[in-house]
Amino acid sequence: MGSNADSKEIINAEVEAGDFSSGGEISSKLKDLLRKLGTSSKLIRKIAIITYELEMNIIIHSEGGSLAAEVNPGRIDIIARDEGPGIEDVDKAFKPGYSTASESVREMGFGAGMGLCNIKNYADNLEVESELGVGTTIRASIDLK
Amino acid sequence: MKIKKVASELELERVVAGDEAAEVTGVHVGDLLSNVMSRAQAGDLWITIQGHQNVAAIALLTEVAGVVVAEGLDIDDDTIVKAEEKGINLYQSQLSSYQLAGQLYDLGIK
Repeated sequence: MGSNADSKEIINAEVEAGDFSSGGEISSKLKDLLRKLGTSSKLIRKIAIITYELEMNIIIHSEGGSLAAEVNPGRIDIIARDEGPGIEDVDKAFKPGYSTASESVREMGFGAGMGLCNIKNYADNLEVESELGVGTTIRASIDLK
Repeated sequence: MKIKKVASELELERVVAGDEAAEVTGVHVGDLLSNVMSRAQAGDLWITIQGHQNVAAIALLTEVAGVVVAEGLDIDDDTIVKAEEKGINLYQSQLSSYQLAGQLYDLGIK
């Protein structure tokens, strides 16, 4: 996978660590873009859920990163990249209810250990690469059918 | 039922008026935002005790008909500004989420 001649990046934006005030903005932009491209409401909903969770994860847990969407033949890929700190135990991170979020973040209604589960539930394919001290890249693919 | 009528029946205090002709087709009660994101449906009236600005982002993404902040809890100024920018119906009520949900059920929104 990745960039090739059939792949078209439709959005690629930086996400700042801790910037709760911008949370959801990239997801909203992508949603508007997909609507203009004639994507069905059902697909837009799936993509919005995945994108929002990835966007908030970068804001809450990372040291900053970016969020991109690529249209590929038969699917859309949402790619979240961050610059650390990396996920210590990826299997554990996908366990429902497991979270490393701080108390203040939890009070805002985040950090319930549901985000990655949501992504997994709504994506048709998911690839997670994470290295401590380096960063995490998550590619979530949604089939266009 | 139109959200304007729902708001009047439940005596909700209007904080921001968006499209008050929006139809309320269901209700979602929730404060865990990932859960709301995946479960709230377009056209729902979302009842929550969260008043911070990410509520506006979620309301926009889920396309709920409007948001009610229950228990008279504070709504952040940033939330109000965002709701105004995006045209989101935002209300406040002194009632609990449970009481509001009960009244909505009685109104026939099931």
